[in-house]
Amino acid sequence: MDYILQPWPWYVAGPMMALIMFTLIYFGKTFGMSSNLRTFCTIAGAGKKAKFFDFDWKAQRWNLTVVLGAVIGGFIAHFLLSVPTDMDLNPVTVESLSQYGFENVGKSLLPAELYSWDAVLSLKGLSILIIGGFLVGFGTRYAGGCTSGHAITGLSNLQVPSLIAVIGFFLGGLIMIHLLFPLIFG
Amino acid sequence: MKFIKFLFVGVVFGIVLVKSEAVSWYRIYEMFRFESFHMYGIIGSAVITGVLLMLITKKFKFKNIEGGFMSVPDKEKGLVRYIVGGTLFGLGWALSGACPGPMYILVGTGVFSIIIVILAAILGTYVYGVLRDKLPH
Repeated sequence: MDYILQPWPWYVAGPMMALIMFTLIYFGKTFGMSSNLRTFCTIAGAGKKAKFFDFDWKAQRWNLTVVLGAVIGGFIAHFLLSVPTDMDLNPVTVESLSQYGFENVGKSLLPAELYSWDAVLSLKGLSILIIGGFLVGFGTRYAGGCTSGHAITGLSNLQVPSLIAVIGFFLGGLIMIHLLFPLIFG
Repeated sequence: MKFIKFLFVGVVFGIVLVKSEAVSWYRIYEMFRFESFHMYGIIGSAVITGVLLMLITKKFKFKNIEGGFMSVPDKEKGLVRYIVGGTLFGLGWALSGACPGPMYILVGTGVFSIIIVILAAILGTYVYGVLRDKLPH
């Protein structure tokens, strides 16, 4: 039981992610979480504004069910299958964040500096979450997939477009962390 | 009842990503600074396992539960949409620390402020849909 309560190593998590992808293909579907964002737009009536959202969202109910399961899985893992553990982050990483003024690094999944209600109620904090979320939503649809659709499913099927998208993911991430973070948090 | 299997897949997905800390903002930050192997190990071993599973699937012509061959539709050819869209996604991923799976999983861990990120992502998808015909692909 202790093995389950402790954080899981990469060599357990990675192959399990591949099995999740494989299972969905076995069910006749494709692993792609970002498609749900489009489905939500359609449910909200976006089909009247743009043809892109004019599709039968009920065909995506299976994927919305995966989302519901993911929320439940997050709850189970966090509240039932974990003991309070500090994350085993690289001390260099922790030091770099403390220079940006981050405290209690790695003591929770998300930094209070961005996700606590105090942070959310500040203009800077709210802007970070809204801009970050907007870029994820816009970028993933423009690129036709996200980490699950491109990095795992696409690369597993040796698709060149997915490789280009993943290179883009890293290009964007490196620009954000190395060029923009010093401006945002410095 | 036909949806119960998808619920189960989602539950396992959520558990794996929380227990491996892949839903953590800190892990994403650490990954983009190349200061840990952890995230590369997860993505790398997922892709290697996935490649092997798909090679075996093609070789032995496995069928899905609907009776057709197990396969993944090819992504459309293109360059601009993948590199530009991918880069925009990466900027948002590193800033918010959440991609489109983890943002739901994090709701389950009790971080309700992540709902702001989800709503903003839905808005971003909406704006893409409206501008789609004007963007280079």
